[in-house]
Amino acid sequence: MNRPAPPLPPPPNATAGRPRAEPLAALRGVTKAYPGGVVAVRDASLAVAPREFVSLLGPSGCGKSTVLRLIAGLAEPTSGAVDRAYRHTADDQPLGCVFQEPTLLPWARVWENVYLPLRLRGVGRRQARASVDAALGRVGLADFAAAYPRQLSGGMKMRVSVARATVTRPALLMLDEPFAALDEITRFRLNDDLLSLWAEQAWAALFVTHSVFESVFLSTRVLVMSARPGRIIEEIAVPLPFPRTGATRTTPEYAELCSRVSAALERAMAPAGGDDG
Amino acid sequence: MADTRGTAGEQPAPPDRRRSALRRTVPVAAPLLVGLAVLAAWEAAVWYFQTPPYLLPAPSAIGEKIQQNAGRLASAWLVTFGTMAVALAAAVLLGVALAVVFVTSRVVELSLFPYAVVLQVTPLIAIAPLLVIWLDNPWWVRLVCAWIVAFYPILSGTVVGLRSADAGLRDLFRLYGAGPWQRVRLLLAPSALPYFLAGLRVSVNLALVGAVVAEFVTGTGTDSTGLASLVFEGQETMDVGLTFAALGVISATGVLIYFATHLTSGWLLAGWHDSSDV
Repeated sequence: MNRPAPPLPPPPNATAGRPRAEPLAALRGVTKAYPGGVVAVRDASLAVAPREFVSLLGPSGCGKSTVLRLIAGLAEPTSGAVDRAYRHTADDQPLGCVFQEPTLLPWARVWENVYLPLRLRGVGRRQARASVDAALGRVGLADFAAAYPRQLSGGMKMRVSVARATVTRPALLMLDEPFAALDEITRFRLNDDLLSLWAEQAWAALFVTHSVFESVFLSTRVLVMSARPGRIIEEIAVPLPFPRTGATRTTPEYAELCSRVSAALERAMAPAGGDDG
Repeated sequence: MADTRGTAGEQPAPPDRRRSALRRTVPVAAPLLVGLAVLAAWEAAVWYFQTPPYLLPAPSAIGEKIQQNAGRLASAWLVTFGTMAVALAAAVLLGVALAVVFVTSRVVELSLFPYAVVLQVTPLIAIAPLLVIWLDNPWWVRLVCAWIVAFYPILSGTVVGLRSADAGLRDLFRLYGAGPWQRVRLLLAPSALPYFLAGLRVSVNLALVGAVVAEFVTGTGTDSTGLASLVFEGQETMDVGLTFAALGVISATGVLIYFATHLTSGWLLAGWHDSSDV
């Protein structure tokens, strides 16, 4: 954690569109079949470059979460290759993960929950204090460090989860439908906050969602997945300028992109000749 | 992420003082009142029907008996309580250790669990005479009896508890490269704690029952002077008051250890577990 902050990356606009030459993580022709014959992902290829915000959009059950698990190393591909370009070193945690559920330790206070990734890396409490306090501050929960998770609202729990995922200053943050269970007002606010964190901390994001509007609002690039077996059928660049705010949601460009992505999702859900048999 | 107070709507409200005082006194006061009422009714009934003391002594007479035999009761209590405590400690140690083994190895669990169940379902009264034959020392017989009944709830509770760790949290620990010891200490043990404690609550009282039953089986031998032998002695000498006195001490011990376990478990789970609110 002591390594100096990375040099300031180019503004996010520059990375919109195609990934640059060296991706942080990539799937190359990956197929994942579970025992029992369910093929969750078939021949999927994708790459996430530094500083990108990539959304993975698809109907539920299309294998989006499996893609995340493959990249995180929580699942092994049946065939194909998973490339990871970031360094896995003892004092560096290049991956952060925010799951569908807040997934907090119920017996540990908020501060201890955010400290967990550092603790598992062997960082002492005193050494970690500044990072943990800063991570809590960034999500606006500095006053709740001593609370137990069950005392918090759903939105606050998710914020703790985001603080925990970002406390290690990851190179790649993976988010698996993190705000799906929250009400729309809370979700919009968390999306805004997520984007400012992204601008501030300069990680790349791989964001799984089934919301067209969310994917367009957040991303520099949207990948559309088809259902069962999951495969990436379309890729749409989102060249909307940053910083994106509530006003972005009312621009005609945003509406236009949303309808394009919607149409792609529509095609993704159409039965693809015989595969569903 | 600046202005977030808006989503923070669910701050715990300061508890109403009168209500919390009520909540604290009721659990103690309500059962005490019931006990006093029953004792009063008992006393009145004995007095009204002129029941002879060799059939049913009045509570006041039992109280007197306890006073008269305070020394003997205390040393008998020490013997019984000692058996219970050692048996319980052994049950916790072996139960948790075996649970860990079961959770690490499915094969071991499948091969051994049925025998743990056999141990549990065989009536203690039926095994105890065998133990008397096998083990020379009556102290060991009593210990093994109490251990047998206390062991199973802890084992089964801990096995379920260790398995109950949230799948998402397991993924998280894998993602962050947690070592096996970190996984046990920071994830599995806290996940298992509520289940272990539920098992322990059952076990403490079973250990007491086991200790007393074992004393009945090993008999009122010269050196075995647990509470059960005082129950026996009262029976044989038609001193029903002494029997009741010993039974009263056993009951009181049971209630005491029950509350002690309850408080300990409430304290360990305070704040984070849903059961700590009840």
